[in-house]
Amino acid sequence: MSEETKIHTLDPDKWIDAYADYLFNYTIARVSDAEKAKDLVQETFFAGLKSMKNFEGKASERTWLISILKRKIIDHYRKINSKKGKAEVRMNFYQDSEREGDWIEERVPQEWNGGADAEMESEELGAALQACIQKLPEKYRMVFEMKTIQGFETEDICNELDITSSNLWVIIHRARTQLRKCMEDNWFKK
Amino acid sequence: MAMGKMKITCEEATAICTKSQYGAATLTDKIKLNIHFMFCKVCRLFSKQNSELSDMCAMAKRYQETHKCCLSAEDKEKLKAQIKEFDKEK
Repeated sequence: MSEETKIHTLDPDKWIDAYADYLFNYTIARVSDAEKAKDLVQETFFAGLKSMKNFEGKASERTWLISILKRKIIDHYRKINSKKGKAEVRMNFYQDSEREGDWIEERVPQEWNGGADAEMESEELGAALQACIQKLPEKYRMVFEMKTIQGFETEDICNELDITSSNLWVIIHRARTQLRKCMEDNWFKK
Repeated sequence: MAMGKMKITCEEATAICTKSQYGAATLTDKIKLNIHFMFCKVCRLFSKQNSELSDMCAMAKRYQETHKCCLSAEDKEKLKAQIKEFDKEK
């Protein structure tokens, strides 16, 4: 009768109705691409079916599925992280020769038109920034969104994606520098 | 503290700006940043825009919430069919 002896069981026929939305929301908070999130949820259910015999009944069905999903997400992050150079369109903003760390002349931030205006059209502006976020390299986008949009703690992101905090800050900073520039070019251009 | 160690590049200064947007800059970082600001107009502008960017992020967050996408009934039916299929094969 005690809690500890409770053995959980698996009932795949009920998985979709019971957990599909939950797993999808969990995924979309980390992987902003809806199609990719769907794929990961699907893969999770399949991996669950294939490893049913390993289920010991110690955790609830949901916890067990989430643990599979977590591995799928970290695998996904590693995959996008290892596509070195290829997909990464990173713009350099600072000199690396004599004047190391100074702004590159033509990348210097420009004054924004109506930037400080409190009456900024927030719906439109939100959509414009969203479009810029979509243009970020995927691994930047993932870390940036987890931190900024979803508001996860730095430590949690580092644990989930297996990165260091200095790594995280470099990514966040590059993402924000690109976003600033993207908004300047697409929204605030004089 | 020697003045030499207090001097940072624009690259370092802007990185501190970003951290401070998340409340993650240390006191030493902030002192270094403010010293840098005394000499660097460009980084001051960056910093101002970077904090405006944070406001816009809140707007993007609201935008995402109102355009939230989910699994459609169709997606779910497809998944259910796939699970049944898997059961049969077993």
